[in-house]
Amino acid sequence: MSNSEVPSGRGRGKEPVAVVGVGQTKHVAARRDVSLAGLVREAARRALEDAELTWGDVDAVVIGKAPDFFEGVMMPELYLADALGAVGKPMLRVHTAGSVGGSTALVAANLVAARVHRTVLTLAFEKQSESNAMWGLSLPVPFQQPLLAGAGGFFAPHVRAYMHRTSAPGHIGALVAYKDRRNALKNPYAHLHEEDITLEKVRSSPMLWDPVRYSETCPSSDGACAMVLTDRAGAARTPRPPAWMHGGAMRSEPTLFAGKDAVSPRAGSDCAADVYRQAGITEPRREIDAVEMYVPFSWYEPMWLENLGFAKEGQGWTMTESGATELDGDLPVNPSGGVLSTNPIGASGMLRFAEAALQVRGLAGAHQVEGARRALGHAYGGGSQFFSMWLVAADPPTS
Amino acid sequence: MTSTEPDPGQVAVVAFAQSRHARATEGLSEVEMLLPVLRDVLGQTGLSTGQIDFTCSGSSDYLAGRPFSFTMALDGVGAWPPIAESHVETDGAWALYEAWVKLLTGEAETALVYSYGKSSVGDLPEVLTRQLDPYCLAPLWPDSVSLAALQARALLDAEATSERELAGIAARSRAAAADNPHAQVRGTSPDAATLLADAYVTQPLRRHDLPPVSDGAAAVVLATGRTARRLTSRPAWIRGMDHRIEAHSPGARDLTRSPSTRLAAEHAGLFDPGAPPVDVAELHAPFTAQEVVLRDALRLGEGTAVNPSGGPLTANPVMAAGLIRIGEAAARIARGEARRAVAHATSGPCLQQNLVAVLESDGPAEDGSAAGGSAEDGLVKDGSVEDGQGGEGV
Amino acid sequence: MDDVLTAPMVVEFPFTRSLGPVLSAFLTGLRERTVLGVTAADGRVVVPPTEYDPVTAEEIRDLVEVGQRGTVTTWAWNGAPRRGQPLAHPFAWVLVRLDGADTALLHALDAPEGPDSVTTGMRVRVRWAQERTGAITDIACFEPAPHDTPLRGRPTSHPGTFAEPVTSLVAAARLDYTYSPGRAQTRYLNALAEHRTKGERCPECRKVYVPPRGACPTCGVATGEQVEVGPAGTVTTFCVVNIKAKGLDIEVPYVYGHIALDGAGLALHGRVAGIPYDQVRMGLRVEPVWTEGGRHPDHYRPTGEPDAAYETYKELL
Repeated sequence: MSNSEVPSGRGRGKEPVAVVGVGQTKHVAARRDVSLAGLVREAARRALEDAELTWGDVDAVVIGKAPDFFEGVMMPELYLADALGAVGKPMLRVHTAGSVGGSTALVAANLVAARVHRTVLTLAFEKQSESNAMWGLSLPVPFQQPLLAGAGGFFAPHVRAYMHRTSAPGHIGALVAYKDRRNALKNPYAHLHEEDITLEKVRSSPMLWDPVRYSETCPSSDGACAMVLTDRAGAARTPRPPAWMHGGAMRSEPTLFAGKDAVSPRAGSDCAADVYRQAGITEPRREIDAVEMYVPFSWYEPMWLENLGFAKEGQGWTMTESGATELDGDLPVNPSGGVLSTNPIGASGMLRFAEAALQVRGLAGAHQVEGARRALGHAYGGGSQFFSMWLVAADPPTS
Repeated sequence: MTSTEPDPGQVAVVAFAQSRHARATEGLSEVEMLLPVLRDVLGQTGLSTGQIDFTCSGSSDYLAGRPFSFTMALDGVGAWPPIAESHVETDGAWALYEAWVKLLTGEAETALVYSYGKSSVGDLPEVLTRQLDPYCLAPLWPDSVSLAALQARALLDAEATSERELAGIAARSRAAAADNPHAQVRGTSPDAATLLADAYVTQPLRRHDLPPVSDGAAAVVLATGRTARRLTSRPAWIRGMDHRIEAHSPGARDLTRSPSTRLAAEHAGLFDPGAPPVDVAELHAPFTAQEVVLRDALRLGEGTAVNPSGGPLTANPVMAAGLIRIGEAAARIARGEARRAVAHATSGPCLQQNLVAVLESDGPAEDGSAAGGSAEDGLVKDGSVEDGQGGEGV
Repeated sequence: MDDVLTAPMVVEFPFTRSLGPVLSAFLTGLRERTVLGVTAADGRVVVPPTEYDPVTAEEIRDLVEVGQRGTVTTWAWNGAPRRGQPLAHPFAWVLVRLDGADTALLHALDAPEGPDSVTTGMRVRVRWAQERTGAITDIACFEPAPHDTPLRGRPTSHPGTFAEPVTSLVAAARLDYTYSPGRAQTRYLNALAEHRTKGERCPECRKVYVPPRGACPTCGVATGEQVEVGPAGTVTTFCVVNIKAKGLDIEVPYVYGHIALDGAGLALHGRVAGIPYDQVRMGLRVEPVWTEGGRHPDHYRPTGEPDAAYETYKELL
């Protein structure tokens, strides 16, 4: 390889990857004040400002979003190339369904780790208000039965299966929603700011897809998230504390197959195990200080707690019930308010990754987890089949 | 330097397979079209899905008319136990780029790359209007053929080419495709004079200046260093790869040049001092005039055989056509027909985004027939691979 | 194989596009028969204007008004206009550098005298649409402006402010596809039309896929051997739907279930009825009910058999 920007790094192991800039838009149901370019630029500019870098400092852009039908623009990165300062640079587009925000960040991180580039801007977005999410997700296909139950109906049967399998009491989901919505009040960028939220309000909200209530579902948002990733030299110059990547992985399994465990997919647990192995983590519950996980329906918190190895099988709900995942608990989950409070689909995964980075940088503001040194970012998508995760820490990797 | 043992981080194409591209596959779903190609490419290496460290694919929902269309294609891979896998919403050449970067990190030694597209299900020139600026371009529905015609006119006006030269490119491509069983436009190849007698489709373009509309799929296996050697006796080493993008609006660009291709080629090491000459170029130029732009950007001379496979003018499965260029270039090296080859892929209107890969063999090129095998065989298998297994550590 | 099912598939949606400041000014300007550009950092005037510098990506906001006449920089003759294109009769696509601009705008040129009347370098002028809404199509097209000479001098600054600015547009987009579910699903769908459910067995793992999708997703090999399953099956899990789905004529609440048909390797999805919704349970035994003319079962109803034990279906959720 003769890339003139960087010396070849082969044979020297991976280059450590640092997050030195994080930016996101204010997420709302409809950002009527901006174009698609304006939306992505808002996040990108904030990430660059955080890193105190300019567009010219960026070597490559890696962008992700969920299906193009959401905005009705095929491969919108082509149109967005100029808007993101990518002219004359490499620009790569990733699409791995709901996990895409995480996958995109990992693809960008690999460019730095492989020493192909030194500083990479990565960004994910969705402007769902340009169309209608349900339309975009379920275009009518000839010969197929129309989706009988909407998005929630796709997930609710798995929640029931989880409850049956673990004998979890029915109120656990409401606890998660109540927690995440309160956390969102501390996050100025979050979409839902329900100042008058009470547990009772969550529990008495309409039952949409029994066992999932209205208040236990995610909103539909416009928003974007961006990060600046760089190498050791870049991190040494950065004005604010970086977050260091200690592990990152993607895992996929088929959409539907005989023997699939939709409650605790093996792709999820394998992905987490890979990340922990890379990061040298043997006791995730003890060694990880904060988790940003992709919880589009409240019950997915206890389900993922088990899948990711934070709780023993069947015990995820007891962990939630104990308050351990509250902002002041011993393993705060979704201190930002999570997907339950903000869901620009393509960006939702990157928001998890970025919020994990903010936590270990100590820059999470009012939703900062006191003393967070190691945090996990988690995203998933498709039929609980695509997973991407990373583990970031305040300290650089030693090896 | 090209004849020495590659260092462990060096990545090679070790297998390539593609479908027999057709105007429309006979009622096959995407996964049904893809499955035999995946079996073929894995079969060449003796690897199973479980022995592949990383998988990456390229495809487009808009081409299929369905969101998440790539999730169905994953059924053809056999992703169980779960695999490390990613997807790009563009041509598979960029999936190969993502996989190459993954291998360079050292986290993986083997990668499966595939892509596919069924252009037949929609009206391709109309579908491609949806990838234009949604405010000032897409509302006018400028089809891809018309945009390519604007580019061709700019080249003719600049006297960078002539209609006769363009017809010659078409005639040469069709003649080359006669030996390629995967090509769609094959057989009798009228000469340039005959082609020029045709009426315009979109002036200044005639039928022969346009690619066919194709359904097809392609797959490549990449491997690093010693693993690559275990999997094939003739790895096609990727000496460099890079891609660059330009401003989106065709009205903001000089359509007679491709600065992004030039830049990508520089970064990929194509012009490195002392490098051997380029024997073969596989260019993703779906329209004849684009080949003229690319030859200039890549500084290709008379000594380079351009699109000996017939190129996209003879089979253009959108989203796979770029990956096929890399595969075809690698196959030339594997067959001993080329020592150094350049492969190019493009995306977006009027060559907006371009990728360049430089591939090399270990040693000097042999006579075309020396390595044996025909175009149909793809890459030559390594006799040292036993029992269909890819060796330890894979 | 000519018996594979195919059907037209229309992908159509009226997308709502919010514009942001620069596009809002540009498109409102078109409504008011004014063409705006923006001055980039290097002094070039970009038309249509962007919010960002084409080279540096920095924000730019210095709007200028450019001419409504310009010079063709390249063209192509479109002898067979397609749906949605600016003119219904043959026309030339042109890139036009408007007087005062440094980039070219793509549009149609109405050239009634045919391709021989079109040349690069020819002068053209905007023909405004009769009804203008604030869209690129407010320019109906360009028309030849013979004997016209380019306007010299720099374009004048423009505040970009107009009364009642356009802030969004609705972009209707329709694409027509021909959908085919492929061979395996055609076999399945043809059997369904005869009220039989046929899955396909994987030659490697021996699991039966219903519906079959052409490949065993875990083994990555083609399925082919058809196996009739059901008709009865077990509700493995479900939810109660309390909100009416758009375009579906089903009274709420109703039960959406995962149903493992006897002999199938995994569950399919369907509505469970013929029983009060609050009495549906995991393990309930059901059978398909077809209605007149329906290819897919309308719903599944209880068979009256005793419930299946959890152990018998826990792998089939």
